[in-house]
Amino acid sequence: MEHIVIIGNGISGVTAARHIRKLSDKKITIISAETEYFFSRTALMYIYMGHMNFEHTQPYENWFWEKNRINLKKGFVETINTNTKTLHFADNDKLNYDKLIIATGSKPNKFGWPGQDLNGVMGMYHKQDLDNLEKFAPNNQMCKRAVIVGGGLIGIELAEMLNSRNIPVTFLVRESSFWNGVLPDGESEMINRHIKNHHIDLRLSSNLKEIKPDENGNVKSVIIEETGEEIICNVVGLTAGVSPNIDFIKNSNIETDKGVKVNRFLETNIPDIYAVGDCAEQHEPIGQRRPIEAVWYTGRMMGETVAQTICGNRIAYKPGHWFNSAKFFDIEYQTYGWVHGSKGKPDYEQHFHWKHNDDTKCITVAYHKDTNTFLGINTLGIRMRHETFDTWLTEKRDVDYVMDHLSEANFDPEFYKTFESEIYSAYKNQFQTA
Amino acid sequence: MSNELNHSMSLAKPEANNLSIKQKIAVLLGVIGLFILTLALLNTQFPNKGLFLSISLGLITVGTIIFAHDAYLTKLEGIKNDGVWFKSMSSRGILGWVTGIVLTGFYIVLYFYPQFLGQGQNGEANTGLISLFDPLSILLSGNPASQWFVYGTLYTVAILIFGYKFMLKYRHNRYQQLRTGSVMFFQLGFAFLIPEFMSRLNESPDYNLPYYDLKSMWPLNYYLFDGWSINGLLSSGNLGLMMLLFGIASIFVISPFLTYKYGKRWYCSWVCGCGGLAETAGDSFRHLSSKKLSAWKLERWLIHTVLVFSVVMTTAMIYTYLGKDPNKFWLTRSTFLLGVGILLTLVFVITMVFKRNELDKDARYGAIGYFVVIAALFIMHYTGTSDKIFLIKSSALRSAYGLYIGSIFSGVIGTGFYPILGNRVWCRFGCPMAAILGFQQRMFSKFRITTNGGQCISCGNCSTYCEMGIDVRAYAQKGENIVRSSCVGCGICAAVCPRGVLKLENGSMEGRINPNEILLGNDVDLMDLVNQK
Repeated sequence: MEHIVIIGNGISGVTAARHIRKLSDKKITIISAETEYFFSRTALMYIYMGHMNFEHTQPYENWFWEKNRINLKKGFVETINTNTKTLHFADNDKLNYDKLIIATGSKPNKFGWPGQDLNGVMGMYHKQDLDNLEKFAPNNQMCKRAVIVGGGLIGIELAEMLNSRNIPVTFLVRESSFWNGVLPDGESEMINRHIKNHHIDLRLSSNLKEIKPDENGNVKSVIIEETGEEIICNVVGLTAGVSPNIDFIKNSNIETDKGVKVNRFLETNIPDIYAVGDCAEQHEPIGQRRPIEAVWYTGRMMGETVAQTICGNRIAYKPGHWFNSAKFFDIEYQTYGWVHGSKGKPDYEQHFHWKHNDDTKCITVAYHKDTNTFLGINTLGIRMRHETFDTWLTEKRDVDYVMDHLSEANFDPEFYKTFESEIYSAYKNQFQTA
Repeated sequence: MSNELNHSMSLAKPEANNLSIKQKIAVLLGVIGLFILTLALLNTQFPNKGLFLSISLGLITVGTIIFAHDAYLTKLEGIKNDGVWFKSMSSRGILGWVTGIVLTGFYIVLYFYPQFLGQGQNGEANTGLISLFDPLSILLSGNPASQWFVYGTLYTVAILIFGYKFMLKYRHNRYQQLRTGSVMFFQLGFAFLIPEFMSRLNESPDYNLPYYDLKSMWPLNYYLFDGWSINGLLSSGNLGLMMLLFGIASIFVISPFLTYKYGKRWYCSWVCGCGGLAETAGDSFRHLSSKKLSAWKLERWLIHTVLVFSVVMTTAMIYTYLGKDPNKFWLTRSTFLLGVGILLTLVFVITMVFKRNELDKDARYGAIGYFVVIAALFIMHYTGTSDKIFLIKSSALRSAYGLYIGSIFSGVIGTGFYPILGNRVWCRFGCPMAAILGFQQRMFSKFRITTNGGQCISCGNCSTYCEMGIDVRAYAQKGENIVRSSCVGCGICAAVCPRGVLKLENGSMEGRINPNEILLGNDVDLMDLVNQK
């Protein structure tokens, strides 16, 4: 029986395993050095915040794996011998495979800052990072202040986590406004204000210079590059993005750059070896997507796709319209299609922006300035229906149509106040005055 | 740093019990209020009972309000689940267990030893705790209090004050606010005040109304068809007759219609008193319900067994009642039994013909099993000569049901175990009304929880906070709508979802159940290939 081995038990690897099981009777083994069972990485924050226990983050009960004949192996793969098709583990164990899927995800970026490996410095990605945070920041007596470096999705989640235990947080953001490499200005600025409303000490245009130790090798303070200011703290969260977790592959014959290089079929340069999820890097980006997509949803989609290929139906990874979501403290964010921040915005992309007076809801609609084609929408504080926008994007609706039918896409709970008519009249007015 | 030191550091608990000064004062006020009730229980003779009752309930109310204000209004609007699993009260800690044991003890005394609460025996005056409530009872109905009046008052106060707290907690969510306002209204008006005023009517010789909470339908209101209840209603003129007809219409017309339109939530989380307490006072325990598959299996067997028990018991009660005076009613024993038989058979046949494919194996076996049992009993009746229905005396069935289901299951376990098993134990495992409405919801209702394309991140907030123990995530991560008989439509899953994936909706029956192997967002050809198989 063909043996499919998957390194990594995150959403990509597990989705691949589940679909391979649905399509075939192949022997399947999932390897992880992180945890015994699959859990939802995006839910780690809720454990620290006391919303859930670790077991609640596991989407399948423990009997699921045996019932579906998916072997789980806890171990750290040190090297891959692609000639003999053998994995060598840190504890000297070995495992042979017929086909191998690399789904090892990411690791937090460290940019060589002095002090980046001190006790109390951590990312927020692995289960071990959470354990570490619990150790160094259990409460605001043990951790008088935490400094977070890097203003992305994980950074703001870490700020929310620490805030839930009343630990004062200083949040260093390199950009001039939160996540404005992705978010248009109106949205980014609203989130700045929301962060401050949660009593976070938000420092924009601020970089980390170094982390200073105390005599025991623990974090004592950080120095800000621009001002030289020293901030006394006990914990430093490094959340300046992630990169593929593939150090153990670098010595093998498998072609890598930042990630494991794959073609559209998620195949590496070595036959029978595939890579999916955060660690895979496309030779050529797909559409406006990045060559490495470190997103839950794309990981899942690659898992769904590679399972087909492995089970004899070789198909390319061909994702549909872009979508994503996040939550910034109390404000939910959804995006469908492409809406760019001011930096990477193509010339043809025009925006309509509407903001509610209460400063917790806004939308940005992107459209083509010549053809009026609807390109995408960002919403903060208003839920939208994925299916509706996916259809509109496929049908290449123009922006007038979308604005006129916006209420069909509303996904807020029943009895919520709706804003479509207000948004629509703002949209109309803008063009009369423009 | 040594590992040992690290370990001891990790033992430091997040500051879960750090109450603010205001919250401490609020707790103190509430405890004083409870202390007055305790003193009364120990037979302290208060000089002015009305005054002390008011002070006691007033302090409990004010304490809860101050606490809730400080807990929620000092923070921005949003989900307030920080530290839920760290707090002793809400994570089966010592406080949770103590509360569970005290509540359970209270229910045992209430149901089986009311004299300990001061219920006057053999027409004597009340003493103790119950006598403290005499002034309020006399004010409302003109009669001295009973253990049920005390219970009803405390129950109503609990729904009102914790309902207020819940509304502050979800002040960003209008669905939650309206729903909570609704259960507060129905508890105060329908369950508490109207029955008291009805007993005022009984002062006139024309009326002999039983206690009747109009919103409480059979089989939840299992005593509606007891002899004393029917006699009381039938001897209370047109009003009594109307109420009896309303009770019957509720079962066969009103509730199926509303459930078809809105799902069983119209009752379970907007109207029902049991649901009302669960959603307000029980809100802090909703995450304690078991989400295991095994719990779901147990639930289906248990709740339907209770339903069969209650149908059999009620049938037997009416059967016996009709037998007492065969010439009094147009309905005879045999026609009645035949009617019940035909109705049950119709329901069974229609379900099997139209919905067989939607039912999973267990449910099908269960339905067939129960149907065979009931059919067998009917045959035994018609072929035998026994005067007893179903071989057992109906009065014995009725008192067994009242004891095991009405008292022990719904009260002692259902509410006493809130802090241990979650706030909907009764609704999930025992309530026959929930079983009927759930059956309707699963078979013919426009209601479903819609999932939003491919947006689920499997985080588990929805499943964790589902009080009915539904593994919501299992559906959401498949992009499959949630159509479950047990869903009471509280809407908390949709509220706690961080990615806007869930929405409670009433829509078309077409395509209501829509499992997907590949979710929206991936290759459209792949979706077609896999999903249309």
